[in-house]
Amino acid sequence: MSDNSAKKVLTQPIVDNNPIALQVLGICSALAVTSSMANALVMTLAVVLVTAFSNLFISIIRNHIPSSVRIIVQMAIIASLVIVVDQVLKAFSYQLSKELSVFVGLIITNCIVMGRAEAFAMKEKPVVSFMDGIGNGLGYGVILMVVAFFRELFGFGTLFGKTVLPLVQNDGWYQANGLLVLPFSSFFIIGLVIWAIRQWKPEQVEKD
Amino acid sequence: MSSKKESFLGTLSFVVVVCLVCAALVSVSAVQLKPLQTANKLLDKQTKILEAAGLLEIGTKNGIVPTYNKFVEAKMIDLATGEYVDGNPDFFDERRDARDVSKSVKPQNDIAGINRQAKQAVVYFVRNGAGEVDTVILPIVGSGLWDLMYGFIGLEADMNTVKSVIYSDHKETPGLGAEVLNPKWKALWPGKKMFNEQNEVAIKIVKGGAKAGDIHGVDALSGATLTSNGVERTIHFWLGEEGYGPFIKASLAKELN
Repeated sequence: MSDNSAKKVLTQPIVDNNPIALQVLGICSALAVTSSMANALVMTLAVVLVTAFSNLFISIIRNHIPSSVRIIVQMAIIASLVIVVDQVLKAFSYQLSKELSVFVGLIITNCIVMGRAEAFAMKEKPVVSFMDGIGNGLGYGVILMVVAFFRELFGFGTLFGKTVLPLVQNDGWYQANGLLVLPFSSFFIIGLVIWAIRQWKPEQVEKD
Repeated sequence: MSSKKESFLGTLSFVVVVCLVCAALVSVSAVQLKPLQTANKLLDKQTKILEAAGLLEIGTKNGIVPTYNKFVEAKMIDLATGEYVDGNPDFFDERRDARDVSKSVKPQNDIAGINRQAKQAVVYFVRNGAGEVDTVILPIVGSGLWDLMYGFIGLEADMNTVKSVIYSDHKETPGLGAEVLNPKWKALWPGKKMFNEQNEVAIKIVKGGAKAGDIHGVDALSGATLTSNGVERTIHFWLGEEGYGPFIKASLAKELN
């Protein structure tokens, strides 16, 4: 990461340095919120906003943060942003917030947010940190959307709630895959995604 | 500068300033968004009540709130006596009361697995175009497989014929227990009878499918035995003596108005 141009920090986390696929961070919420694409999309937006703005604010005050309390200061900023996002969601998208509320709260503990604050925003200028936050949020979101696509399509026969494969219980022909409905099935999909990315970009494979 | 920012006072004042800014941000957003959030909550509840009343189509066409205000009337009752009590149904929160020891009781025969039950309840009367009550909606709660399931049962004016069983809030397994929300399953309920001729709660959920013409039997959800049992026990509890039993008796004794 010698060259930190805005474009590079924005696009690199999407495939080349994906927070889930390469750094294997944020797996917990990737399991929990991927049962439908609408949930995954809202969660993506929430994480993009929180990561971007926490990076921005932390970067602005990075030269004033005493190093003895820097982690707790980062936490305070991240936690405040998460609460604000949760409140906005409750006000404008009540149905989704009912399903996502717990997981939105858990963005505070999402390693991606704190990892970027500590590893990037503490050293870099505000604008580029903001971009880095958006990039990492999107990198997380891309994997979320891929996982949610497979889980919703084959687990419920729908995409964004619209029927694609009519289910047997609704007089259709498709027998839903019960495994994909359950959160742990995301492990298999994430594993396959990581394998696919590493086939495409062999330089990501760790050397023993 | 570096020595100053690492000093005790410097650190302390920095932390205080950060806390104040963050607290201000959080409080402003919470206070500003509160009215919208309350409106959303109410809208969600009214939508479910209209669905239980079979008025959801009219509701989506003419607006949920005007339809609700036109057809639905909420009244507070005391569960033990079945009599109406004073109180504003809009401010009543069944979950808050159930947590309050002075406003709730421990059921003697807690088949629904709710542990504590609010002493009061809100019932909803739905009037038809002629102003007569044609549906009574009773809120219910009971354990499913994972957690409490909240919902409504709609009964016709005879307080026996089922109009609907609608769950509004549950945490059951997607694809299995969560099929309580499946329109095909909900369509099994209308027309069933809750009580038999001896006035006992007779509704039952039948594993493997109810026989055709069974007026008390509803098919169980396949793959969700525990959720199905929960629904059956919840209804038995709430229609029984510790639930709306006294209210149903009192209502049948007088005109429903």
